[in-house]
Amino acid sequence: MLREYGGRQVTVNDEGFMTDANQWTPAIADAIAGEAGLTLTPEHWKVIAFCREDAAREGQPPGLRRISKLSGVGTKELYALFPKGPGKLAARVAGLPKPHGCV
Amino acid sequence: MKHLVILGAGTAGTMVANRMRSRVPDDWTITIVDPAATHLYQPGLLFLPFGARDESKITRHRAKTLYGSIVWNPSSVVAVDAGRRIVSLSGGEALDYDLLVIASGSQIRPGETPGLLGEQWHRTIHDFYTLEGAQALRRALASFHGGRLVLNVVEMPIKCPVAPMEFLFLADEYFTRRGMRDRVELVYATPLDAAFTKPTCNKVLSYLIAQKRIRIETEFSAAVVDADARRLRSFDDREISYDLLVSIPTHGGAPFVEASGLGNELGFVPTHPNSLRAKADDHIFVLGDATDLPSSKAGSVAHFQAEVLQENLRRAIDGRSLDDGFDGHANCFVETGFGNALLIDFNYDTEPLPGVFPLPGIGPMRLLEESRINHWGKLAFRWLYWNALLPGRPLPVSTRMSMRGKTPAATKGDPTCCANTAAVR
Repeated sequence: MLREYGGRQVTVNDEGFMTDANQWTPAIADAIAGEAGLTLTPEHWKVIAFCREDAAREGQPPGLRRISKLSGVGTKELYALFPKGPGKLAARVAGLPKPHGCV
Repeated sequence: MKHLVILGAGTAGTMVANRMRSRVPDDWTITIVDPAATHLYQPGLLFLPFGARDESKITRHRAKTLYGSIVWNPSSVVAVDAGRRIVSLSGGEALDYDLLVIASGSQIRPGETPGLLGEQWHRTIHDFYTLEGAQALRRALASFHGGRLVLNVVEMPIKCPVAPMEFLFLADEYFTRRGMRDRVELVYATPLDAAFTKPTCNKVLSYLIAQKRIRIETEFSAAVVDADARRLRSFDDREISYDLLVSIPTHGGAPFVEASGLGNELGFVPTHPNSLRAKADDHIFVLGDATDLPSSKAGSVAHFQAEVLQENLRRAIDGRSLDDGFDGHANCFVETGFGNALLIDFNYDTEPLPGVFPLPGIGPMRLLEESRINHWGKLAFRWLYWNALLPGRPLPVSTRMSMRGKTPAATKGDPTCCANTAAVR
């Protein structure tokens, strides 16, 4: 389905994850985050940048443990930044698919 | 002489060793490395906590599971040097290899969660993924007088992702039979967002949760256990108190995988999803739970992988291009209690669907629907495991998933089945 974020039409699946990571822009991230009740801070951006870089490298979105181990942002902090399911929410804001078996 | 070396003699490693006996050229040897003298039929662990006393039927001496000329080396692996193609072993021995299969599985790592391992481990805090754990839990359940039993999955991926639900279904039956179900509260605390995360499964199976009176706490990611206060706390500071905690701890690959620089963040080996070759090295293949693949960590998956791997090992020996034949196929019986079970069949791209599963010689079995024959199928599987699966004899189930008999759903599925059958990618 199509959804408008940050003034652009993007395609998302029924769980709200973008289906084409190439359509993503930082403005879209701001809009998706806003919808989830978040205001993005530099710490959020650090996580988002890691997720996008890692996904581009590995061909799949990183799970929570991978983010906490490699991004320099710990699990506890990830929960504060992206409440409930940080792996899932960070991927959604970063324009990536839902991580497999994600939390 | 040339050498095929297999690391790990669990379901996956044993199967592929036995299958390769008749498939390697005469100038090849097969060596399998595993320090444990006993082979454990892991699906049998599920029934021990509820009073089964069939340890003698779910264990077998290693030597009796490996056939013919296979050499069993009972050492532990220290590290793999992929550049020089050498495996170093405890005791200082080194094995050269021409082709290596990593089949070292996945183990629980309770030490990853503060508070889990301590004085209360195997007293008020239990696991059922090890023989000792399942036996200790059997004692604990027998003397349990009521209260709140919490089953917690710490994080994905786990072995046999339907086991947590099966455990709770069997617990419901167990306490009902003991006449104390009303005094026991069953709670399932999961890091995932539902008990069954895929649309068709959720629609078809959610009645089970209500019927068996299981309370579910979703998106609960356990950070720490306060064993003295008997409380589980999540990373977002939610707390669940318990009288008895059954934990499915974090899983990880064998320690040597990380020591060799071959693992991901949990020690699972990055693997090509269809050919099963390690991404890092052309001389290494990976099988079963040791892979980082999003297929389930389950024996049926190892079986379907083994059929592709035996072909690819032969092709690698002959210098031919590999077969991309593995499709993520899994096929599992799910115990639902009171003598019933479900059968699910799925792969990377197709979620478990209702319908019938054609099984030559036995007849069609219902999919995603409880039945007695599925339960007997699950129990009969132990015999098949020892006498057909491990020795590498053919079973009447195809390697690739078939849509025959299945009722397609309106929406396309995701490989992460039902009760969260997929691994973290």
